[in-house]
Amino acid sequence: MRRYISAYFTDEEDLLRASKILMEKEISILDVLTPFPVHGLDKVLGLKESKLPTVGFIAGAIGTIFAFGFQTWAFVVDYPLFIGGKPHFAIPAFIPITFEVTVLFAAFAMVFAFLFRSKLGLGAKNKIHDERITDDRFVIIIDANESDEHFENVKNILEHEDAHDIQLKENQ
Amino acid sequence: MYVSPIREPLIKGNKTYSQITKDIAAPIEGKPGKAWYMGISLSLSAMFLGLAMMGWTIWEGIGTWGLNRTIGWGWGITNFVWWVGIGHAGTFISAILLLFRQKWRTSINRSAEAMTIFAVLCAGLFPLIHMGRPLLAFFVFPYPNTRDLWVNFNSPLLWDVFAISTYLLVSLLFWYMGLIPDIGTMRDRVKSKAKKFIYGLLSFGWTGSVKHWQRHEKLSLILAGLAAPLVLSVHSIVSADFATSIIPGWHTTIFPPYFVAGAIFSGFAMVLTLLIVTRKVLNLENYITLAHIESMNKIIIATGSIVGIAYLTELFISWYSGVEYEQYAFLNRAAGPYWWAYAIMMTCNVISPQLLWFRKLRRNLVFTFILSIFINIGMWFERFVIIVTSLHRDYLPSSWSMYKPTLVEVGIFVGTLGLFFTCFLLFIRAFPVIAIAEVKTVVKSSGEKEIKNETL
Repeated sequence: MRRYISAYFTDEEDLLRASKILMEKEISILDVLTPFPVHGLDKVLGLKESKLPTVGFIAGAIGTIFAFGFQTWAFVVDYPLFIGGKPHFAIPAFIPITFEVTVLFAAFAMVFAFLFRSKLGLGAKNKIHDERITDDRFVIIIDANESDEHFENVKNILEHEDAHDIQLKENQ
Repeated sequence: MYVSPIREPLIKGNKTYSQITKDIAAPIEGKPGKAWYMGISLSLSAMFLGLAMMGWTIWEGIGTWGLNRTIGWGWGITNFVWWVGIGHAGTFISAILLLFRQKWRTSINRSAEAMTIFAVLCAGLFPLIHMGRPLLAFFVFPYPNTRDLWVNFNSPLLWDVFAISTYLLVSLLFWYMGLIPDIGTMRDRVKSKAKKFIYGLLSFGWTGSVKHWQRHEKLSLILAGLAAPLVLSVHSIVSADFATSIIPGWHTTIFPPYFVAGAIFSGFAMVLTLLIVTRKVLNLENYITLAHIESMNKIIIATGSIVGIAYLTELFISWYSGVEYEQYAFLNRAAGPYWWAYAIMMTCNVISPQLLWFRKLRRNLVFTFILSIFINIGMWFERFVIIVTSLHRDYLPSSWSMYKPTLVEVGIFVGTLGLFFTCFLLFIRAFPVIAIAEVKTVVKSSGEKEIKNETL
């Protein structure tokens, strides 16, 4: 059983300000749920940069090597065919397919990495905290420890920053 | 980001976040109107006609088409190139305009991307049917087979296979990843249990967590970075189908940029055709405003002028080259038996978009709608001119011939139009036509506000 505090905001500016103050007071924020990407929020919460571009680069590089290598192997080693008297190892002719395969590999790898890391996917059973989050509510979820003092403290800060509906909830 | 108060607002009507959700979700939640039922019955009929004609082609053989020994590519490849071109506007809007941080794309990117996918589907059908035996279509992929042969990696037709399939898959990924948060919105709005289950499944369990958004943003940016060169490569490769063959009128180095500009030109025309109707029928005039229409018209005039310059360059170079075959090919295009197709192409693609220099016309919906249809027709004729007029006069005068499409070919084209519009009509009933979450990010900086006098 774990307890947490949830608070609602109706404006992303209030949310940003409140998050900043909570971070400064070293109160641990478990998650922030928003209807759209709030710019700068990840910086305020000190989230690490996403490594998706690296995944894309590595997968793309594999795609490049695979596509170019395969075409070369098929046309130079496995079954050299004369086509219009052109060279077997025809680099310019291999470029278009190499490029397409690079893009294909990078795109698929990044999408799957994104879904995998975020635990999203067909039939994912993530807890929907509130149905209004995908509409116009911004929710901040804060770790609650046993002391009532902590809750009052957090509540004061949040109320001061225009939060609504500050509640202490329990996870089952 | 600072936005000048002189700029026209991108979202009108002083909307709150909740109103945006409600307005965009309304067409899905409400009952479809009479216009929708009429539209879908018309497009379904067209689609079934097309299916029948495709069935006939496969049953009876490619001889049911008007092709002959001299003209091996006609209506089918014309339609293929036309449809691929139309798809390009979607990726241009969602990828290239994202990289250029153009905020006006948020209102139109979703529907344009959907259009891309449907257009590429329609395009892909033509080479498939043209093979004559579509059940053996998998022969085009390099897989280990009993004949120990590989496909020809030097052939632009094979590059096309890779380009079109990659383009379709990457567009699909890009579109669906953008849809996930909005499907989440739909999941949280719908009341019926069945709908909630389906949207819940399709939303991939979206919660709106800040970490997910951070990754989502990164993913969109990098996918856009990949899709931008991809879209340029696809039509370049399509143009290589022609440019790498030694046929006067095809064998030119100008083809890739000229085809890409033409593709974006025709794609934007199709986006306008669709959106001018959609915004009216779905009451989305506050989101797809006259400012959006005008911006698209500006892209049309830019790309249309590039196409015009390309036509003139082609003519000049054919004369300047001193190659008599090349000179004859272009003279024959303009003044030969297919002069009327060339004239339609020139009028629709070069002359008519120049009218958009007038601001009044750029912001006139009726004019824009008619012009967009003109451009669609003109760009279809461009491909027809390139393919048929270049082929019908062979090197040997004894091989000279003429091409006329049969009813079967026309029927298949009408069928793909039916497929395209059926898909689009189903799409506007199932998913939000405007990216809800993305519009919410721009409404504060670029939405309509109460008039403030302090700066002006």
